Amino acid sequence: MDKPLETDKRPLLQVRDLRIGATAYPPGEPPRKIEIVKGVSFDLERGKVLGLIGESGAGKSTIGLAALAYGRGGVKITGGRVLLDGEDILGLGRRGIRGVRGTRVCYVSQSAAASFNPAHRLMDQVIEATLRHGLATADEARARAVRLFGLLGLPEPETFGNRFPHQVSGGQLQRAMTAMALCPEPELIVFDEPTTALDVTTQIDVLAAIKSAIEQTGTAALYITHDLAVVAQVADDIMVLRHGETVEHADTRKIIENPDEDYTRDLVNVRAVRHTEAAEQSDRFFEMAGINAAYGPTPVLHDVSLHVPRGQTLAIVGESGSGKSTLARVATGLLAPNTGDVRFDGETLPPQLKHRTREQLRRMQMIYQMADTAMNPRQTVGQIIGRPLRFYEGLRGAGQRRRVGELLDQIEMGQGFIDRYPAELSGGQKQRVAIARALAAKPDLIICDEPTSALDPLVADGILKLLTGLQRERGLSYIFITHDIAIVRAIADSVAVMHRGRLVRFGPKSGALSPPFDAYTDLLLKSVPEMRLGWLEEVLSTRQIESADN
Amino acid sequence: MNDHIPVFPLARLHGRYPLTTRIVGRLLLSLVLLVASSLLIFGGIEALPGDFATTYLGQAATPQAVANIRAELGLDAPAYARYLDWVAGLLHGDFGHSWASGQDIGAQLGSRLSNSLLLAGAAAIIAVPLSIGLGLIAVLYRDRLIDRLINLFSLAAVSLPEFFVAYLLILWLVVKNPVAAFPATVYASMGLGAKLVTIALPVATLVLVVIAHMMRMTRAAIINVMDSAYMETAALKGLSRWRAILRHATPNALAPIINVVALNLAYLIVGVVVVEVVFVYPGMGQYMVDAVTVRDLPVVQACGLVFAAIYILLNMTADILSVLANPRLRHPR
Repeated sequence: MDKPLETDKRPLLQVRDLRIGATAYPPGEPPRKIEIVKGVSFDLERGKVLGLIGESGAGKSTIGLAALAYGRGGVKITGGRVLLDGEDILGLGRRGIRGVRGTRVCYVSQSAAASFNPAHRLMDQVIEATLRHGLATADEARARAVRLFGLLGLPEPETFGNRFPHQVSGGQLQRAMTAMALCPEPELIVFDEPTTALDVTTQIDVLAAIKSAIEQTGTAALYITHDLAVVAQVADDIMVLRHGETVEHADTRKIIENPDEDYTRDLVNVRAVRHTEAAEQSDRFFEMAGINAAYGPTPVLHDVSLHVPRGQTLAIVGESGSGKSTLARVATGLLAPNTGDVRFDGETLPPQLKHRTREQLRRMQMIYQMADTAMNPRQTVGQIIGRPLRFYEGLRGAGQRRRVGELLDQIEMGQGFIDRYPAELSGGQKQRVAIARALAAKPDLIICDEPTSALDPLVADGILKLLTGLQRERGLSYIFITHDIAIVRAIADSVAVMHRGRLVRFGPKSGALSPPFDAYTDLLLKSVPEMRLGWLEEVLSTRQIESADN
Repeated sequence: MNDHIPVFPLARLHGRYPLTTRIVGRLLLSLVLLVASSLLIFGGIEALPGDFATTYLGQAATPQAVANIRAELGLDAPAYARYLDWVAGLLHGDFGHSWASGQDIGAQLGSRLSNSLLLAGAAAIIAVPLSIGLGLIAVLYRDRLIDRLINLFSLAAVSLPEFFVAYLLILWLVVKNPVAAFPATVYASMGLGAKLVTIALPVATLVLVVIAHMMRMTRAAIINVMDSAYMETAALKGLSRWRAILRHATPNALAPIINVVALNLAYLIVGVVVVEVVFVYPGMGQYMVDAVTVRDLPVVQACGLVFAAIYILLNMTADILSVLANPRLRHPR
């Protein structure tokens, strides 16, 4: 037992040898117990922010929820202690823990859109915990919420709470959820990837709002994320986690500038991929000209024209809703444009998929963001990759199996995976299988729709290396849809910036990503978090100067 | 808005007033359904074998007598003319006259229907809150003893045919321990209290029959939303389980619950034929069964149409209520 310290000097949160387990259900095997968190310890002082960082499966969310004595799904806290102000909250029991959750410790989730109840107005949800725990009268709580809405930069703070969750944007919901967590005036807030689901231009505002709200209220926070550049802007200390164990725990400056561990260094220096753009880009191997497209009566694309030279990569970048994926649907023929042409290697393609020839289909393949949902879970890797071999080349039996083996070698997985099911693969491996399936058709152009955005940075890096390697070997052309400027810098020859269905910028990478910028590209580039201290303040101050100038 | 993209006026209207257009659409659909079911009922009765005149006259059915009666009842007119005649009458509130008794069907129907509504209403007032309450309790104690007992009891109740439940209740509460009234025949002269006492047994039968379906659907609908992220939010706010279920799960499970309640209300009114016959209760069901036995087709036809109208009305109400229960439609962006 730790010696009780004086109350004001005792850390707010002391986690000691925390162990958390769950039951895994591997396909085809009996269920077995696994340990997700293997003896993690740390302290958090009042008013301080600790960043928990790691890749998926590192146990960071699980640790965050343990600060509320909560296990998600079948997760169980099996050992250790979580001391809140000296009291072990793991031993409080059902009724006792309700006096901690929503009053002393609050939680902000990754997806505020799902975490708000669609049936109730925002105000009722924001003040609910405060009211139910008797922390304030309804009028006081409402006044508090309005003040928080203002503090977090929400529009019309007086009336914002009257809206329903579906009536406000994702970034606003994320801020509203922060207001919900701050409303009971807790001692500790757990932020679980609060900006991960947002566009970069929105992320920076929410990040700034969260940071200033934490500073002004003096609340301590656990800030969980996989993005080191983001956490570097808000955390006092950072703890790096891997496979449920602490890799390194130090103050933010040390982690960013002078980490001790190789793993931390890898996280700091991701994006080892570098691709110099091609000098000659006039070749119109694949071209979209004057495309206007709509979903029913809703126009989505306005007069978009761009082209990709043979063997090169065009990166299409933009926020969610900017029309990037719709452009891919037009290219593949899934959505016929209202006007405009799609030309491929000199011939104009029929606008609709069903009118295209098999050969035209073969030469253009797609890779999706969610490899999970793009594969039949009841087919083996061999069947998944074998399908296009049979469809386009008529390969069957041993011949097909041999080609699948070759393709598996090309994606650096090896033939041992041929009889596995998707559920037995990691996220990165599934995406590799999806790439092999696209390669099986021997295409000339692959459209990659955010293929790495669901992956951890180091895994994503591996996928990018694979794609650029394949491009060099086979002269493939890529249309690479992404919202991540760092990826654009890493792999593109030419860049197209989309905003609200229009092409705001198009050209060779060097030109497109250097000044003078149009207003939107400028905002987009400035919003990408940089891996250094003080970046957030810098950007915000230049923004304020600009708005003062206007 | 781009000029080369066609804008459909209807789609635009729908975009601006999603709630109103949906409800108006549903009302129109109900009207179409009602017309279609009137055609179906009329056609079905036309296709029935047998003939009123022959049955009515029995041994005395000479060809001349049969032809006379047919002419008297207007049966010699072609089918479409008789259908139009019937519909025209209906539009004026005239259901026609019974062939057997010559009485005005509208008046008969009124008293029978109000009896049926009393029976169904009494059963609904007990069954709906009880089954939704039991469903909520089953969710609260999910996979524990109480949940299992509720499930077991409701499964047993739904597995027994209603006439069997009815006879069991009669055997137990009338024959062995004479505490309940039998037969459950009510008269217009009885006060409401006396009527309710008299119909206790049929009401109990109906409650037992419909409760399981509603309870199980309530339980399933709520459990369906229990895994939502907002339920985790509720737990992490430190709310009690009971409050989380009532305040956060139930509003999002309303649409399926409303639908199953409407379905069962419709059953209570439309499907009570057997129960009414067993308990000798002068409701719509028995009226229809009596009419069928003597081939009194205008009565059968009228009863069929009223049943269809009630069914359509209840389902329409349920659809409209579940649209209203959706905040996205109630409060568009």
